Amino acid sequence: MKILVCISKAPDTTSKIAFSEENTKFDENGVQFIVNPYDEWYALVRALEIKEAGGGQVTIITVGGASDDAIIRKALAIGADDAVRVDSEAKDAYYTAMQISSYAKENNYDLILTGKETINYNGSQVAGMIAAELDVPFVSLASKLDVNGSTLTVEREIVGGIQVVELNAPAVISCAKGMAEQRIPNMRGIMAARTKPLNVVAAQEIDNLTEFVSYALPNAKSAVKMIDPENMDELVELLHKEAKVI
Amino acid sequence: MILVYINSSNGISKSSYESITYGKKLGDVIALTNGGASSDDLASLGQYGASKVLVDRTINGDDQQQLTKLIASAVENNSVKTVVFSHDLVGKSVAPMLSVRLKAGLVSGAISLPDAEGCVDVNVFSGKALGKVKVSSEIKIISLLPNSIQPEENGSACPVEEITADTGVPSIKVLSTKKPEGEIPLPEAELVVSAGRGLKGPENWGMVEDLAVSLGAATACSRPVADIGWRPHHEHVGQTGVAIRPNLYIAIGISGAIQHLAGVNGSKVIVVINTDPEAPFFKAADYGIIGDAFEVVPRLNEAVNKFKAS
Ligand SMILES: Cc1cc2nc3c(=O)[nH]c(=O)nc-3n(C[C@H](O)[C@H](O)[C@H](O)COP(=O)(O)OP(=O)(O)OC[C@H]3O[C@@H](n4cnc5c(N)ncnc54)[C@H](O)[C@@H]3O)c2cc1C
Repeated sequence: MKILVCISKAPDTTSKIAFSEENTKFDENGVQFIVNPYDEWYALVRALEIKEAGGGQVTIITVGGASDDAIIRKALAIGADDAVRVDSEAKDAYYTAMQISSYAKENNYDLILTGKETINYNGSQVAGMIAAELDVPFVSLASKLDVNGSTLTVEREIVGGIQVVELNAPAVISCAKGMAEQRIPNMRGIMAARTKPLNVVAAQEIDNLTEFVSYALPNAKSAVKMIDPENMDELVELLHKEAKVI
Repeated sequence: MILVYINSSNGISKSSYESITYGKKLGDVIALTNGGASSDDLASLGQYGASKVLVDRTINGDDQQQLTKLIASAVENNSVKTVVFSHDLVGKSVAPMLSVRLKAGLVSGAISLPDAEGCVDVNVFSGKALGKVKVSSEIKIISLLPNSIQPEENGSACPVEEITADTGVPSIKVLSTKKPEGEIPLPEAELVVSAGRGLKGPENWGMVEDLAVSLGAATACSRPVADIGWRPHHEHVGQTGVAIRPNLYIAIGISGAIQHLAGVNGSKVIVVINTDPEAPFFKAADYGIIGDAFEVVPRLNEAVNKFKAS
């Protein structure tokens, strides 16, 4: 099976979030970047498992500048065969999805996997957009994926429950917890990653549809009110009369 | 015209009324749904501002491509300028597909109405920051985060019109569906009781569930608790779990790691119960109790029951 895994660069989960240029840009100063956890832990590892069981090829793709090469090498170290970087800033989800779709159209994949969302923009947009552009079925928030020939059996989250569905490849699937277990790259993987192919391709001309015009940090909380652990009636009273939440 | 897509597969939920209320503040609202919900239930959307409800009973919504075609045809037939979704599983799957089909910019996880410049606030960095999004396309799609707006009743039942759109054949076959009965879905819950590794083991969750039942709250947990299998995965909140913004979040035996806070700091009121006065969670809390959960939680439950009875 020929699998394309979309990965995205995200700030490490412990990063302090700050903004620069009058709150219009994410301040990358001192921030360590990682592969977006959903892309790495679930989409990439499941793709590798499918390849290990039935053969095929796992290619990773990202839209970004040369500074993304570090996270691409990390994904290659985990086991992807080769990588593609569309050389452009990822202007918005639509722009990103159209770049990936345009590459995928030329290269015919059986399966395109993404994480369920990125931990920086939390949009859950790119996967569905690729599916729509390629006009193939889309299964979102998948927690299990089994491949049998070209038949895909997928367990997914739906509103208020879990559903098992069956469909035929090609398809786009966004991956959530349950799909696979995180893999830590070993020394051999890291060495091999250095020489695996990383193709840098030029971006297509596409207009973005949305734009982040500014950012803000949430209002600081006022000081915590401490309550006597013996006096839970007081807490209930405060929740009722002061906070008005019960 | 504003089109609000309603997921009515489990009846009409509170987030549906939120979406209609939101849409009504932008203009005249048509609601669109599919599947088997009763016409009386659907007509109730009029009480929140829908002028009519369109329902296509020929598709059940399991296939995202069909749903996208249904919504796109309603947009075209009603000269719709803005489409509103609830940012649930449909908002996360169908809204992006519709965005491509209509070349309409999508705002995911909106928490505010558009401001004077048409910019909408969204949660970014998993709740650690807010971003203002501007949409440049003529048609706009907004996927609204649950609990971002209070539903407002201001009208009466509205007409329900059956439609049949050309949505083709489904490409996804459903083998089985499991819907836990009677549980409040976590992202929609107004009150949430959550517990972490401080509870020592799964056998100690009885008091957490008792408190949740007394309050009418949903239950949640920290990531390690779901990872070791003490609690089901869908209860895991935080940066790599579900992000929630209930009115009340009670955190029991949870240290308050940055990744956990990311998913819950949109909560209006946070109560923290922890034995360790230095636990970082106290910095994010509105009310703090330094004490042993095994004593405090049953006592709190008693106090809640006393309050409910009075
Ligand atoms: C990439 C990444 C992503 C992550 N994503 C998430 C996420 O989405 N969600 C998440 O929750 N975590 C996440 N984590 C893990 C996070 O860093 C913490 O490890 C985790 O939240 C800690 O869980 P905890 O508070 O239950 O456990 P602990 O940190 O072990 O805290 C237990 C707390 O219980 C208190 N306690 C002990 N006994 C009692 C008692 N009898 N009564 C009252 N209090 C008691 C202790 O004082 C302590 O504060 C992530 C980590 C990484 C690296």
